[in-house]
Parts: sequence; C-alpha cells; structure tokens
Amino acid sequence: MLAYVLRSLAQGAVVLVAVAFIAFSMFRFVGDPIANMVGQEASMADREELARRLGLDQPFPIQFLHFLGNALQGDFGISYRQGRPVSALIAERLPATVELAVLSALFATVLGVALGVYAAIRRRGVLANAVMTLSLVGVSLPTFLIGIGLIYVFAVELRWLPSFGRGETVRIGWWTTGLLTWSGLQSLILPVLTLGFFQLTLIMRLVRSEMLEVMRSDFIRFARARGIPARVIEFRHALRNTMIPVVTIAGLQLGSVIAFAIVTETVFQWPGLGALFVNAVQFADVPVMAAYLVFVAFVFVVVNLLTDLAYLALDPRLRAAAPKGAR
Amino acid sequence: MTEPVLSVRDLRVEFVTRRGVLKAIDGVSFDIAKGEVLGVVGESGAGKSVTGSAIIGLIDPPGRIAGGEIWLSGSRIDNLPPEEMRKVRGKRIGMIFQDPLTSLNPLYRIGEQLVETIQTHTDLSASAARRRAIELLAEVGIPAPERRIDGYPHEFSGGMRQRVVIALALCAEPELIIADEPTTALDVSVQAQIIALLKRLGRERGTAIMLITHDMGVIAETADRVAVMYAGRIAEIGPVRDVVQNPLHPYARGLMGAIPTLAQDADRLVQIPGSMPRLSAIPPGCPFHPRCPHAWERCTVDRPAPLPHGASQVACHLYDRNDPTAEAHQRMTHPPAEEGVAA
Repeated sequence: MLAYVLRSLAQGAVVLVAVAFIAFSMFRFVGDPIANMVGQEASMADREELARRLGLDQPFPIQFLHFLGNALQGDFGISYRQGRPVSALIAERLPATVELAVLSALFATVLGVALGVYAAIRRRGVLANAVMTLSLVGVSLPTFLIGIGLIYVFAVELRWLPSFGRGETVRIGWWTTGLLTWSGLQSLILPVLTLGFFQLTLIMRLVRSEMLEVMRSDFIRFARARGIPARVIEFRHALRNTMIPVVTIAGLQLGSVIAFAIVTETVFQWPGLGALFVNAVQFADVPVMAAYLVFVAFVFVVVNLLTDLAYLALDPRLRAAAPKGAR
Repeated sequence: MTEPVLSVRDLRVEFVTRRGVLKAIDGVSFDIAKGEVLGVVGESGAGKSVTGSAIIGLIDPPGRIAGGEIWLSGSRIDNLPPEEMRKVRGKRIGMIFQDPLTSLNPLYRIGEQLVETIQTHTDLSASAARRRAIELLAEVGIPAPERRIDGYPHEFSGGMRQRVVIALALCAEPELIIADEPTTALDVSVQAQIIALLKRLGRERGTAIMLITHDMGVIAETADRVAVMYAGRIAEIGPVRDVVQNPLHPYARGLMGAIPTLAQDADRLVQIPGSMPRLSAIPPGCPFHPRCPHAWERCTVDRPAPLPHGASQVACHLYDRNDPTAEAHQRMTHPPAEEGVAA
C-alpha cells in the first residue's frame, strides 16, 4: 500500500519535471529573453553583462536546474508585462479560480452522482428519461455558449444575477473570498453553473451506465437472493462498486475544471488564473505562461494522487498488495 | 407422507420479446420433501436455472411467471407481493450460484456480508450476528473462522469462497436451498468437497435441496431423486438409481448413454443427434420427437403428459398403456432425420 502511494508520488514528480522542462523551453523558443528585456540601444557588452547576471550564459542543463530550483521555491521570475513577480500575480488570482473551480466540482459531483443513481434506479421512469435527454444538451453544447445563454436569461432579461466579475470580496490574510458577501455569492452562481454543467452531465451519464452495469452483476443477484432490501442493494452494494470507475473519470474531469476554467473566466470576466493566462498569451508574457503551465500540471498531479488514494479507500483488492491476511 | 417442503404445480414461465412470447418453462410440476436432494439435469437452455429463479422469485422482466403455483411448506409463494417475497428469499429459501468468484461483493469483508444477511432476517444484535457468522463459517469448514471473517473475498480461494456463499445461503436456516450449478466453476477435487458439504448440511438440518447441474456424476453421488428437463418440461423424474441406471424417456436414455465410462473403449463420444430446439421453435407434440429414435405420428401432434411408471414419472407415449401401438414402437428404432429440429 505504501509502495502504491510512493509509486503515484514518483510518477507525479516525473510529470512535473517533464512539464517544467517544456515550460522552460518556452523561454528559449519564444524569442530571446535578453532582447525582450533590454532596449534597442543596448550594447553587446550590456547584453552580455545582463546575460551573465541572469545566468543565461551558462549551458542549457544548468539553466534548467536553476529554473527548477527557483520553481520549487515558488519563484517563476518577473512578468515581462507587469514587472511584478509571477508568484505574486498567481497568488493574487488564485483564490478567484479556486473558489470557482471547487464550487463547480462540488456542484457537478454531488448533483451528477445523485441524478445518475436516480436515473439508474428509475431506469424506465418518465423523469429519469427526461433528465437523461436533457443531459445530452449538457454533453453537446460548448461551455461558452451555455455561459452566454445563462447571461442572456438571468443577467440581461431577468436581471437577477450579475453577468461579470466577482462582486464584493472579503480579504482573509492573502486570500480573497467572494463567499462571504451577498454580491460575491450572486456573482458565483452563473460561472459555477457554466463551468460545472458539462462535468455534471458527464458524471451523471457515467454513474448511470456504470450502475446499470453493476446491477447486472452476479453479486447483486446473489444479494437479492439473500433477501437484502432493494435500497440497501442499490446504495450499499451497487453504488460503491459504481464509484470505482467513476472516480477515475471524475477525478480527471475535476482536474480539468480547475486547470481550464479559461473559457468560463473569459466569458464572465472572472479575475482568475485563466484570465491571467489569456492576457499573458496575448502579450507573449513567457514567465506567466510558463508558471501557469507548471501550475496546471501540478493540479493534475495532485488530483491524480487523490484519485489513487480514493481507489485505496474504495477497493480492498488494491490495499491487499500487502501480505495475505493482513490486519 | 408428510407435506413436501417445495411443491411446484404446472409452472409456466414466459419471456415477452419483440418476436413474441417465448415459453421457457411449460407445465413443470415436482415436489421436494424435507431433507431430500432433488437433482435437476438437462442441457443448457432446458430451463433448469429459470425454474430455480422462478421459485425464489427472481425472474426479471421481460420474464414472468405465466401460470402454475409454487408452494413452500404449505404456503403459496408465487403470488406474494414483492416485499413479502423478499422476506422469503434468504430466510426460507437460500440460493447458491454457479460462480463463487463473482457471487460475493468484492468491496466488503465476508463478515460484513454475513452479518448483513443475518440481521436482515433475524433480530440479532450486531455482536450476536457476528458470533453466528463465525459459527456458520466453522460449519461450512472454513479454518480459523474468527480470523477469516475479516477477510475480503479476494483473499479466499474459489472453493473457500463457495463455502462462504453456502454459509450466506444458510444464514437464516432456510427450509429449501436452490443450488444452481454450485460446482461447475470449481476444480474437480474441490467439487467433491463442496458436494459432500451440501449433502451433510442437508442431512443434518433436514434442508430440502434443489441441485441444478449438468454433471451426472454429481447427481448420481448426491441426489435422492432426479428430474430430467428438456425444452422447458420435465421429461422424466424419479429415484436417482432408476433414472441413472434404467432411464425410461428416450432423451434420458440418450443423456445417460452419453456419459463416457472407462470400460468402453470408444474412439468417439456418444451424442444425441440434433440439438435442443430454440425457445422460439419448440416443435408441437413432444418437443423431443425430431431427435427421438422411437417417435411416431402421435408424438408429432400429441403432447405427452407425465405418466407414472414404477416409482418414476415419465412424459413419453412409449409408456402409455392405453396406446396399443406403444410397445411396438418401443422395440423399433430408426435414425432420426438429420435436419432434426429445423422447424
């Protein structure tokens, strides 16, 4: 079991180094960093002096190790465009994205699993079929269209909810939260629905089909033959077996919710990391892009690790990599 | 004679499909007495398992019990409301399935599954149910049950898992156990142990056992009586010695004749020509007539009813004493047409 966790950690570390390498390569291939920093009039001596000071005269592998070392300490250099440390920019934008993503993920998982189970149990029910049909819309409509649609209905026509920004936020230490003010909560609703809707429908359809599959298995039939009540079979025996494949897919999907909130943030002018990244791309702000890339990889690695841990919690067969009859 | 534990009367099971109604079970009747083992044999698709599922009330749509009655110790159970029937399952009828590897929920300790079943059917407290579970595991021959009760299914071998499955079926001391091919998925050496265990438990507790299998060896060793099923009907039912050693129905004869023995030095295994009809194309009259070496005109139109013959009952016109031609056909054999069951 420990070996299993260590292996997941090692895999994660390899992924992070690989992504860091790609991010680092951007500095070299997206123009000459010295040329980006100094003016037209700088002399060769000035350039060499700057290159020496920044360590750019050293061989590529040494520079990469430098970059890695700094990145480990949270130092991704200085934004070309804003002239501020990238880590500060990210820390400033992080709360907005995390609040949006975590709420979307919660919304998608809780409602997705509940609706999926309902649709599986009431397979022939009218409501279950209506929900399934509706979910096709969620799977097939692009996120930005859903966002624009929601803005049109709830912000433009009904004027119930704001269409952009985070509303008022409260500062707690370095963290800013929109969860404690009325306008902050209102502002969250539409972006959360937009970002979570696709995941919701995906998880729901997945839960339903997996659950139907599990309900056909022998041990469910045997549980019925033992006279176990239907509710106990559905929620105790079937649901937990359903969750194993669902956790895999849902985990990856939730990683992408946090990492790629870009579209939703753009539609709602949400002051998060996605918006920061879009701006950075427009101005070829390489340090920000590189840091964002590493951040996304980090999120995926963490989510993957959590997924693996969830497996361990759910499936005793994995825990039993230890000697037989343990515990 | 005392009242039988299980009494099935003229049971009919249908499956409603797009292509029409398929009769999986058509007019099956039999009894099982207390402590008796009834072996049910037949080819795949003969309706053995469907009969078992019908008795325990686990026929899923599009299947349905279309007629007949099922009585358990004097009370009718085929028309119980679902919730009442659920309480019968596990409590009064235990069931054992073919594959012990997939019969247990892989995510729960076997103790949890045992305690769950015990507490579903009794008022025992959690700790009392656990003690009962340990007793049951000991009874089905699991070594060190106090320790093994906390094991997960994957930590048990196939034979041990089937013992756990049997313990689960025994949780509430059912009157009847339906064992649907309980040894088919096991090694031959383990099969013998499981059969011996079933037999011992049945004898000690007076449990009636319906043993579904296509393994004649298992039947000969275990069963008191045998029912031979063909195309959803019982062809012959009787004491095991009579049916195995001196089968009456031509199908039963073919089935017994197909068992290879060490004495015969045959290059080719004996087989019954043709194959069992599909449910959608059961021939009129006797369903076996296209494959039967003795069939005559009457067999193609007139469906044989079970006739008493010695201690057995056989559904075959050859044994109809009111038919003067029957005895002549008995002696006559002719090779059945090759196209056989094409209907």
